[in-house]
Amino acid sequence: MRSNVQEKSLSEINERIRDGNARVVTAEEMPDIVDELGTAGAVREVDVVTTGTFGAMCSSGVFLNLGHSDPPIKILKAYLNKVEAYGGVAAVDLFLGATQASEDRGIEYGGAHVIEDLVAGRPIEVEAVGAGTDCYPQLELETSLRLEDFNQATMLNPRNAYQKYNAATNSSDRTMHTYMGTLLPRYGNIHYSGAGVLSPISNDPNLDYIGVGTRIFLCGAQGYVVGSGTQHNPQDHFSTLMVTGDLKQMDTRYLRAATFHKYGPSLYVGIGIPIPVLNEQIAKNTAVRDRDIMTSVMDYGIQRRSKPVVKEVSYEDLKSGFIDLNGKEVQTSSLSSFFHAREIAGVLKSQVEKGEFLLTQSVTPLPKEARVKPMKQTKEFPNVEDVMSREVVTVREDIPIDQAARTIIGGSFDHLPVTSADGRLIGIVTAWDISKAVANGKTSRISEIMTRKVVSSTPDEPIELAARKLDTHSISALPVVDKQGRVTGMVTSNDLSRLFARRRLI
Amino acid sequence: MKLMLHVAPEIVRQPLIASVILETAALVNIERASIDAVSGEIVIEVDPDKCKEVKAAFEDRGVRVVLLEIPVIRDENECIHCGGCVSICPTGTFRFEDWKVVADSGKCIQCGACVSACPQRALKLVLR
Repeated sequence: MRSNVQEKSLSEINERIRDGNARVVTAEEMPDIVDELGTAGAVREVDVVTTGTFGAMCSSGVFLNLGHSDPPIKILKAYLNKVEAYGGVAAVDLFLGATQASEDRGIEYGGAHVIEDLVAGRPIEVEAVGAGTDCYPQLELETSLRLEDFNQATMLNPRNAYQKYNAATNSSDRTMHTYMGTLLPRYGNIHYSGAGVLSPISNDPNLDYIGVGTRIFLCGAQGYVVGSGTQHNPQDHFSTLMVTGDLKQMDTRYLRAATFHKYGPSLYVGIGIPIPVLNEQIAKNTAVRDRDIMTSVMDYGIQRRSKPVVKEVSYEDLKSGFIDLNGKEVQTSSLSSFFHAREIAGVLKSQVEKGEFLLTQSVTPLPKEARVKPMKQTKEFPNVEDVMSREVVTVREDIPIDQAARTIIGGSFDHLPVTSADGRLIGIVTAWDISKAVANGKTSRISEIMTRKVVSSTPDEPIELAARKLDTHSISALPVVDKQGRVTGMVTSNDLSRLFARRRLI
Repeated sequence: MKLMLHVAPEIVRQPLIASVILETAALVNIERASIDAVSGEIVIEVDPDKCKEVKAAFEDRGVRVVLLEIPVIRDENECIHCGGCVSICPTGTFRFEDWKVVADSGKCIQCGACVSACPQRALKLVLR
């Protein structure tokens, strides 16, 4: 008789897998089983729970060994279909990153697309420049290679399979194009990523099973966990994995290149991890449901590292299609594919059932205590208040146009912020607006010609963001307003170009 | 049904839609309009019963009219059912059905938002 506490060994489970007798379910099927049988019953009934995820995982790439040319070359710079691969690894080893954009087609074709083309069996044009040494005299190289022509093509992804991911929305007034897709203005939509109930690490949140060396399904191949991924953050439930696998065994069904509009290329990576139900704790963990996995909706309208949390939600909320944000029903949709995540969990299930996929004992556990530090920045970049001009002349909206013209001529500027009685910014008039009004024979008040939707800055805004605002909106000056909405200064494209010119002189 | 109206610059100043409405008494919903110096493009929704009549009335006024039957096409080999097109569509053309993205082309007004939002570049507007 078994004791009350149900336990099984990994070798016991692998034995059953080899015999074709393992009882395997997907992580989507597991919660109901545990509800019905309890954790002890589930340990008795289920040997393996398969997970799956299929999402854009930017931190991905491949090591490629080209073989040696004759005469041999030590590659300094290399391009694969005009996408630069890093050549600073020995003579003919390259690392091709998924998000690298091509020289000719920009972000519409990048490293991820080269990887997909290789897996699809298409030839890749290789161009390289050599260092020219006594042992590697060749200076240039051009060749066309298919996946089978490389000695090794090893996928090595520094950060994959995020346990869960923050959802994204946008409070700003303009549409934003991000790695979280198109985010409509004024909280117009919410995008999320991650497989929720099927997410590999969400089914093993304490990393009881997944560790260094764990065998995984990686884009159709059998790959392995190298270790924790970069930015691994188990304490905040944002664990990640570094994974590797043989590109030659992969399938384009589970590996797809993508381009995020105005962001860049990325790679959709399919990962599945089978989890052995060794004990009741694991049974309980694999019974996780979408409603148990919480994440934050973040405001990507704020272009800073710390984005405000708009709401805490569960994957069940996200998958429902709508979330209430401040009384407004906001539509949600995913960017990762639950359809393919489910397929991967299903394929993995049948591979385990057929004895084609054995489970592994990890070599060593993954770190359970780690946090992500922000970047230490030793060079301080100025904020808007450091470069703005403080001698700003403002006018009221009821002044006549000719008076505004005289004000502009009298000063050395061509933007006039328009303020209300209490000093708050309500509009802006440029020298051009005035010229246009005069040319059209209008000579009335500036309230009729001013721009009311003013793009403005704040004193504590980094100049990089102010410069981006000028560029995005094709304007040449930003009124600077304090927390009360009062105009305290003006920052112009001239101020910024002077700053950059000075910086270059240093 | 949706009609795409191509309005030449010579007639863009005329109250075309108003006069067609008065003539046909059709309920017309303007779903999208972009008019600049060289062309005008307007997408309208009309009742299927009135569609023929409205189309003819616009054509009488010199407007080129295209019935938007399949306004947007999807490359099924490219689509990975991620959902990047779902919430950004102003008319709700795309939705999930058992986690596959399905399209109701009848709702599309050819704004093109989905074309750039699709990470797989699987969507194309049908040439009009």
